[in-house]
Amino acid sequence: MADPKPGNAAPASKAATGAFTPAGVSPSRRARRKYTVRLWAVRNSRFLEWFYHRFADVFLLLHPVWKLFGYQRVERPITFVEKHVKGFLFDCRMCGQCALSSTGMSCPMNCPKQLRNGPCGGVRANGNCEVEPDMPCVWVQAWKGSQNMTKGNAIMNVQKPVNQSLRETSSWLRVTAEAAAAREAAAAAGKDA
Amino acid sequence: MAHIDENPLGAHLPLDPLPGHSSLGRLERVLRRGEFAVTTELNPPDSANPEDVYERAAIFDGWVDGINAVDASGANCHMSSVGICALLTRMGYAPIMQIACRDKNRIAIQGDVLGGAAMGVTNMMCLTGDGVQAGDQPGAKPVFDLDCMSLLETVRIMRDNGKFLSGRKLTTPPKVFLGAAINPFAPPYDFRPYRLGKKIEAGAQFVQSQYCFDVPMFREYMKKVRDLGLHEKCFILVGVGPMASAKTAKWIRSNVPGIHIPDSVITRLEGAQDQKKEGKQLCIDIINEVKEIEGVSGVHVMAYRQEEYVAEIVHDSGVLKGRKPWKREPNPVDQLVAERIERTREGVEQNQQQMAEKAAHHPH
Repeated sequence: MADPKPGNAAPASKAATGAFTPAGVSPSRRARRKYTVRLWAVRNSRFLEWFYHRFADVFLLLHPVWKLFGYQRVERPITFVEKHVKGFLFDCRMCGQCALSSTGMSCPMNCPKQLRNGPCGGVRANGNCEVEPDMPCVWVQAWKGSQNMTKGNAIMNVQKPVNQSLRETSSWLRVTAEAAAAREAAAAAGKDA
Repeated sequence: MAHIDENPLGAHLPLDPLPGHSSLGRLERVLRRGEFAVTTELNPPDSANPEDVYERAAIFDGWVDGINAVDASGANCHMSSVGICALLTRMGYAPIMQIACRDKNRIAIQGDVLGGAAMGVTNMMCLTGDGVQAGDQPGAKPVFDLDCMSLLETVRIMRDNGKFLSGRKLTTPPKVFLGAAINPFAPPYDFRPYRLGKKIEAGAQFVQSQYCFDVPMFREYMKKVRDLGLHEKCFILVGVGPMASAKTAKWIRSNVPGIHIPDSVITRLEGAQDQKKEGKQLCIDIINEVKEIEGVSGVHVMAYRQEEYVAEIVHDSGVLKGRKPWKREPNPVDQLVAERIERTREGVEQNQQQMAEKAAHHPH
């Protein structure tokens, strides 16, 4: 391997290379210098999977509460919490349609190409990213993480294209609302039968 | 006797659709018949001169089943793949239109798919595309709205369901044979065969691989692919190509993302007296090795800046077994264009008043 091109560790040094440097919430901006926490999350993907299932159950139990306040109104505080919790753990980019359970707890939006269906062909022999030479490839990590998970096979599902209009919204609330709606629909169907 | 891939009523007429085929192209026919296919890549010109495209395509005449029209490969600016396809289809070549997700969002891509298919492109290849950092304009905004998988699915939905991604209906869906790329030579190695499976699920009907220099590694990959039964659902074309010299090989290895060249290849090139010749021989040797692997349906010869050797490589490796890939692929609009040109040549004068009269009485 030749010595890697200068990484994009911080926006300033990235701009110095002449590369595209979007600001603010842009998905392709790199959020971290180090990947310690992100890699920890992948190593502990099984625990996080278990934890998320409990957590989602609790959220679903709270469905009457969300409904009482109105999903619209709780959206902002929940999004705030979600952004920071997932931002810390996974370097979450708030795409609003979380795929972590299908990607071995490695956030695919951290891929500079935002691939949601697997690694590109440019992965370096050492398992690092083509675009950011010092970043471990998100998808090499995802494959590792999925191997530990009980439902790791979800990595084989073909993900739909990202709906950009859902950016910066809470994925937790959306999943809960959908689960609640499905439960009610099932109950209604059961009553009809 | 008419050629097997010819309309029985005349070579200039479009091919009839065959049952189970998704395109009217010859590449699909060749592959489905079980013949060993050869495809290659056109070096896109940095010019606005159509002659440049035709010159570069003419080298392949009678040696290949399809020509890849690359979409700014390596994130370097060149003539667009749609433009190249427009020129090639007009001349009766069979292009494989590459679509990269780097430069276009889903709105532009779906439009190009329709436009390409209307021009007579029968093969489309869905790629993610190199990152912008790899090319001559690292300051460009990377789009990556879709990824190769969702792009495959998008085009498949357009073809099979006759709908845009949004669900809006198409009046005539694009009839295309769908391709994708594979790279068995990059980590995570054990995920790569499953990724091929995913691509097939998303719609890939043929795949072209990255440059194969490490045959044992490819064999290992193919073993897994056969275990998963994927070689029966998809035609696998192995990417091969000549290396001009050991120096080029070393440069490519360290500068082009995703190309794996083992040391043994470089030693072999370094040891040769005529490195260019050795590079060509190495390519032929690799073709001869991979063509025996079960599940390999063809080769994709990428001879960047050595396009003149493609014919020689294909000939010397004998993969065509005497078959002569047909040169001219008829275009459905050929006849319309010919009629139009004929009418212009006849010099029928247009009477504006008459035309206005006619239009007034027959709207449309």
